[in-house]
Amino acid sequence: MTDALLMAQGLSKRFGGLLAVNDVSLSLFKDQVHAVIGPNGAGKTTLTHLLSGDLAASSGELWLNGESVTGWPHHRLSLQGLGRSYQKTNVFLPLTVWDNLMLAAQARDAHAPFNPLSWFTRADRNPEVSARAERAMTLAGLAAVRDKSAAILSHGIQRQLEIAMVLATEPMVLLLDEPLAGMGAAEAETMVQLLQALKKDHAMLLVEHDMDAVFALADVLTVMVNGTVIATGPPQAIREDAQVQAAYLGEATA
Amino acid sequence: MSAPQAHLETLPRSVQLLLVLGLIALVAFPFAGQDFYTQMVTRMMILAIFAMSLDLLQGITGLVSLGHAAYFGLAGYVLAFMSPADAGANILTTLPLAVLASALVALVIGFFVVRTQGIYFIMVTMAFAQMLYYLFFDNKGLGGSDGIYINVRPAVLGMDLENKLVLYYFTLVCMLLVYWFLRRLLWSPFGRTLNGIRLNEHRTQALGYASFNYKLTAFTLAGGLAGLAGYLWGAQTGYVNPELMGFHMSAHAIMMVILGGMGNVAGALIGAFGFELFLHLFKDLPKVGGFDMGKHWQLWMGALIVLVVIIAPQGLMGLLRSRKQDD
Repeated sequence: MTDALLMAQGLSKRFGGLLAVNDVSLSLFKDQVHAVIGPNGAGKTTLTHLLSGDLAASSGELWLNGESVTGWPHHRLSLQGLGRSYQKTNVFLPLTVWDNLMLAAQARDAHAPFNPLSWFTRADRNPEVSARAERAMTLAGLAAVRDKSAAILSHGIQRQLEIAMVLATEPMVLLLDEPLAGMGAAEAETMVQLLQALKKDHAMLLVEHDMDAVFALADVLTVMVNGTVIATGPPQAIREDAQVQAAYLGEATA
Repeated sequence: MSAPQAHLETLPRSVQLLLVLGLIALVAFPFAGQDFYTQMVTRMMILAIFAMSLDLLQGITGLVSLGHAAYFGLAGYVLAFMSPADAGANILTTLPLAVLASALVALVIGFFVVRTQGIYFIMVTMAFAQMLYYLFFDNKGLGGSDGIYINVRPAVLGMDLENKLVLYYFTLVCMLLVYWFLRRLLWSPFGRTLNGIRLNEHRTQALGYASFNYKLTAFTLAGGLAGLAGYLWGAQTGYVNPELMGFHMSAHAIMMVILGGMGNVAGALIGAFGFELFLHLFKDLPKVGGFDMGKHWQLWMGALIVLVVIIAPQGLMGLLRSRKQDD
């Protein structure tokens, strides 16, 4: 258990009378894809928000790489090695792909900009930052659209950029909220390959509705319904779990 | 989809040329112009510094402050308080102190206001500025509504701002330094991050940027630079009063930045000169029948700003840019 890169214990989130996430515990390990599935409104995205610090949990605890990070703000978790992508594409639209990646890569020196001497340096001439951006761009296969404005890219490429920006911050843990949302079959295939390639160096949480992708990628599956985890285990076991079938997968899947 | 401005910051050739020509004109101006006009241009350059400092917030970081004049006026007061009754204050001590005072007050106020966004940010910056305004307006000890005279203008070594020509060139150098500084800042890691905050603050946080710290630093810097402008204003007019911190002063700066074009510093510079030129033009309008058109200059200025927003949403600089693209 101790080598979990991200560990959550008893996370809950209450919005007024609604218990959106109810006592969820999970651990993410390197070289493992942990997929979270469940019907709309099950609390998957809220859970991701709790893990990434976008939202503060009502209760529960969080450890990142063995360190207690409960209640840490968003940006500190990010600096500590937690990267996340969003369900709704969340990039700097007017900027080019390269500028998006540079801004992401630069975030690893997040304190440097407060040194007044750095105000007289050029952001685009930092070789370390450029190298990080370059690596992320190559990994995500975005070199061909390097100088295109993100706003004019296709939805699928924007999703790739979204992931690439996360990679440019060189995280240990990836929280990916529906990376395949709205993608065509070919785009989805590219993305699945990318995630497959990222697996060995990262601990990955994957929230996804595309069941083909989920079963292709996941090592562990967690099923959520109404904010509660109803089953966790290897994909095959989940597939055969009667409770899950009733709640989510539908009778015909077995 | 209308093309979003990816590089609002890159200046087209035409603008660069305009700036160089403008610089030559400014260097040569005192030799050609009368004393009255030299003073008028000094005033324009001071306001250009003020407008550029606001652009750091408004155009680059996306924080529209309606209380920026507070830091402008404050530095003027610092100069007034530090000026002996019968001698000029020392520039080397009073100028840094005035700028520092403005920056410090901006830091304290910024600590509260940069937590807010959009319309709330506009309201609280204005509220704080109004508090400072009334603090000075209602306190006899701080000069009250009459303000304070600066009997002798500051000086140091051989440089005496009492001399109109010296003041002119001193202001020109300050303006160039501020322009250079902000242009450098724009392309620095800090500037890129501010740009990111304007475009998508939430994403910058997700990437690991503590956006609060960035916004607070920008607010403090902008306050300090506004202070530089306010100090020069005090040195030029020899007089400070609460109106320097007032709502009108803040609103004028916003209009200058909008008129010129936001987010690239050059626009604010051009906007300040443009605003003042139009202002003089409108004030000199003749009487038509019983209607004194010049007296109601604000009417024409308002119409002009509306017109600019409609036909050139990126300001006068945007006009140059789109003309260029049409070619």
